[in-house]
Formats: sequence, structure tokens, C-alpha cells
Amino acid sequence: MTTTTVVHRDPQAMRRLAGWLAALVIAWPMLALSEFKPWALLGSGNLAVIGGFLAGFFPPDGSPAFLALLAKATLETLAMATAGTALALLIGAPLAFVTTRALSISRIGPGPGRVQAGIVRQAARWLLMVLRAIPEIVWALLFVRALGLGPAAGVLALAITYGGMLGKVYAEILESTDTRPARALLESGSGRLAALCYGLLPHTAQELASYTVYRWECAVRASVVMGFVGAGGLGQLMDQSMKMLNGGEASSILLVFLVLVLLADMLSNALRRLLA
Amino acid sequence: MGFSLDGVGMVHPNGQRALAGVTLAARDGERIAVIGPSGAGKTTLLRVLGAALRPGEGDVQALGARPWRLPAGALKKLRARIGTVHQAPPIAPRLRVVTAVLAGRLGEWSVLRALGSLFHPSDIAGAYEVLSRLSLEDRLFDRCDRLSGGQLQRVGIARVLYQRPALLLADEPVSALDPTLADAAIGELVAQSESTGATLVASLHAVDLALRWFPRVVGMRSGQVVFDLPTAEVTPAMLDALYASEGGVAVQHAPQPVAAEMAFQRPDCP
Repeated sequence: MTTTTVVHRDPQAMRRLAGWLAALVIAWPMLALSEFKPWALLGSGNLAVIGGFLAGFFPPDGSPAFLALLAKATLETLAMATAGTALALLIGAPLAFVTTRALSISRIGPGPGRVQAGIVRQAARWLLMVLRAIPEIVWALLFVRALGLGPAAGVLALAITYGGMLGKVYAEILESTDTRPARALLESGSGRLAALCYGLLPHTAQELASYTVYRWECAVRASVVMGFVGAGGLGQLMDQSMKMLNGGEASSILLVFLVLVLLADMLSNALRRLLA
Repeated sequence: MGFSLDGVGMVHPNGQRALAGVTLAARDGERIAVIGPSGAGKTTLLRVLGAALRPGEGDVQALGARPWRLPAGALKKLRARIGTVHQAPPIAPRLRVVTAVLAGRLGEWSVLRALGSLFHPSDIAGAYEVLSRLSLEDRLFDRCDRLSGGQLQRVGIARVLYQRPALLLADEPVSALDPTLADAAIGELVAQSESTGATLVASLHAVDLALRWFPRVVGMRSGQVVFDLPTAEVTPAMLDALYASEGGVAVQHAPQPVAAEMAFQRPDCP
């Protein structure tokens, strides 16, 4: 019974189609530039080479002497990853607190001091960017020269890069959740820290914890690469085994990694259950 | 004191005009009900009064201060003296009821007390007292995501009662409550205003509540104040005109539930 003509065409349809086309046009040259040719894996000689390389990894080395070395290196890696992530938390959390728009008082209204607050937020964001733009391996190379061989260099390198990553992602987690509880508190005169604890943390703690544990897991893996440049731990051991073409030792080390990642997963699940 | 708005106009960022030339003032301790159809600008009006929204035009005074001319620190102190019951209670679902209520005084508490109260509630008796006024004291230590919509709305009211603001704003404070509870909740807001001398402004969809509890009624429509009268002078004809739909058909006389059911009946399926 409608007398007015109803528009049945989706006004956003053309824009969406254009978006998909743009994604394709951008993605194709990327694949070409990165010489992405997976079929080369199946080429005649290549499979045999990969097979020979993998065969050298079997069986894993289980000699008591190596296991003792492995245990010490594992502890070193765990210590490096844990200390590095803890320091990163100390760098990232305050910067996220400064950066996040979810806790901005001056944006309500907008009120007084919003220009200054905007400048401070932007400065903190740039600082986070600089911290994480330089790969941890570069920091590690730098600190190995300053502090000498050993895990200390790795800890500092992780703290700086991961601090940048944690800060950025924390700020974004706080912004992408329901910010109305915090905003309502700020609107009734509460301070930023109180608004964070009463209005944002209750429903973001799970996600923040799980991302932090995930970063710890990444730190365990990153310590391998840093071990290659002399920052100690499992990485340094791996480096030695690979240089001596000892596949058995390398596969034992890889098994330890598997266990560590499993451990991180269990820790993350337990924390999420605790905070649920 | 109280508040005063002078020629306040507000256009939302999406270009929609929410308030146009609103002039309204209240003395200390006055109680005002704001009524009007959906989209009339009631929520915007309350947010402007609460110093949460800065109007593009006109002059705002609340509790003897012009909020948008204050420096940041003074504005924060002013906001701590204004309490708002929000339409959808903005409470983090994992908070316990006691913590959600105590959050009302965060504007007054030191950071240390605020953080400490997360580990052990610093004023259980105070939270119990306001919750018992809304017959919710038995849920004191429950988590807010275990509550029904109506219970959560009462927690939102309890938070503002605990805050003890000098200007009490309530935006559809009883929209999720049954008629008996709604009446009692409005009664508590009024009693709070009487005992603390707070100015009370409540927007209400239930016209009967507005007429029963408030000595002064403001009718709003299309962002403007249509009437601002003592309750005794509000006539049924005024209410009809206020809620009349664009086509000139008064919707007030049609019983609401029937109208809602009609909307879901498909004409092609008898």
C-alpha cells in the first residue's frame, strides 16, 4: 500500500565493489614483487633437497650432556623473555594510558586543554612508533656491542621493541571496547586512572592479559633470532648446532620451543578464565 | 545556583539539529520533568546541563558556573557535583554491584582510595543504604552482568544517589522498570532532591509519572521548549499537541501495546 517509491538499491554497493577491486589491484603486484611461486617447491630437485635437510633433524639429540646444556639455555631464554616482557609492560602500559583517546577528558565537550592534550597524545604515539619501528634484532646487535655477549642485551632489545608494540595495542584495545562506562565516569568528575580501573579494565582485562602472554610467547621465539647475534639462550645454542650441521640437536631445541608455546597457551587460557 | 540556559542551540556532527533556542532556568532544589516525543532533544538537553556536551550556540550556567569558561581543574570539580542517571546504565558488566555504586563518588575520592576500593569496597554500608532504598540490597555483591535490565537501571540510579550531586539529571531513569518500581524509583529521586536540596531534572516517557511527582513540567518537541508550566496548568490538549505525529494524528489515545502488535502483523498473512 506504499505510495512512495521505495529505493531497493544498496547505496553502498558501488563503493564496496571498488574496495574489493582496489585490494586486488594492490595485492597482485605485491605477490609478483615478492616472487611468490609456491609451485617451485614441487620442482624436481627441490623436494629431495628439503627431504635431505629434514632427515638430518632425526632423531632428536637426547644425550645427557646436551640435555644439560639445553636446560640451561631454556632457563636463560625464559628469563630473557620474561624480563624483557615485564620491562616492556613498564614502558608500554603508561604510554598506552597517555595515548588512548578512551580516557580523554578534554575531548568531552570539547573542553579546555584539548590542543595540549592532543599534542601530548600524538607525541606519545610517535614515541611508541619509534620504539617498535626498529626491529629487536637491530637493538640486540647494538646492545651486544655495549654490554657484551649474553642475555642482558636481549632483555633490553625486547623491552624497547615490545614496549612499543604493547603500548600501541593496549591503547587500541581500550579504544575498541565499550568506552561509555569510562566516559560516564569522566563526565561525573572522576580522574583518568579511576575511570580506567572502574570503566575500562573490568571488561578489557581478559584481552589485555591474553595479548601480553602472546607477546611473551613471541619474545621466546624472538630470543632465537637474537641468540644468533650472541644474545644468549636457546638461540645461541641453535646457532652453534646449525653451524655444526647437527640436525639432532636442532630438532631437540625445536621440541623445547613447541613445549614453551604450549605452556604460553595454557597460561593464557588460565589467565582468561581467572579474569572472566 | 540551579542552572540556566540562554538561547542554547546544538547541531550534532552529522548535521542534525538537536536543540534550537532553548531558554530554561531553575532555582536550587527545583524539580522539573521534561517530556516530549522521541527525538525531541531531551537527552541532548540533559547532556548540555551535565557539562558533557558543549552547545554551539547560547550560554550555559550550572551550579553558578559557566562550565565552558572554567579551567580543566574547576570543570572537573563542577562535574563531580553533577550526577546523571543515563538511559542505558553505563556500567562495566564485570563490576560488582557494590563497586558500581561506590563509583558514584570517584570524583570526590583520592586516587588511592579509588584504587583501594577495588580491592576492598571502602564504604559497604553506604552502598547498602542506597541500594536498600531501591530494594536491591540483596544483590550487593553480585556481578552486574548477572542482573536484569531493570535491576541494572536501578544500580545506575543507586550510583547517582550515592554520589549526592547538587544537580541531579535523570535521562529516562525508569524506562526498564515495571510501573510499581518506576513509581518507587522516581519517588526516591524526588526524596533525594528534597533531603539534599539538589535540583532535579528528569526526562520521562511516562507522562503520568511526570504529572504525579513533579511540580513543574517542560514539554519539548523538535529541539524546542513548547511549554514550561506548573503541573496544574498542563492540559490534556497540550499533551495531545506535544505528542501529535507529523500527520496531525494524536497517538496518545491509542493503547501502546496494541499499536506495537499491529506493526508486526503482516497484511498478507491473515
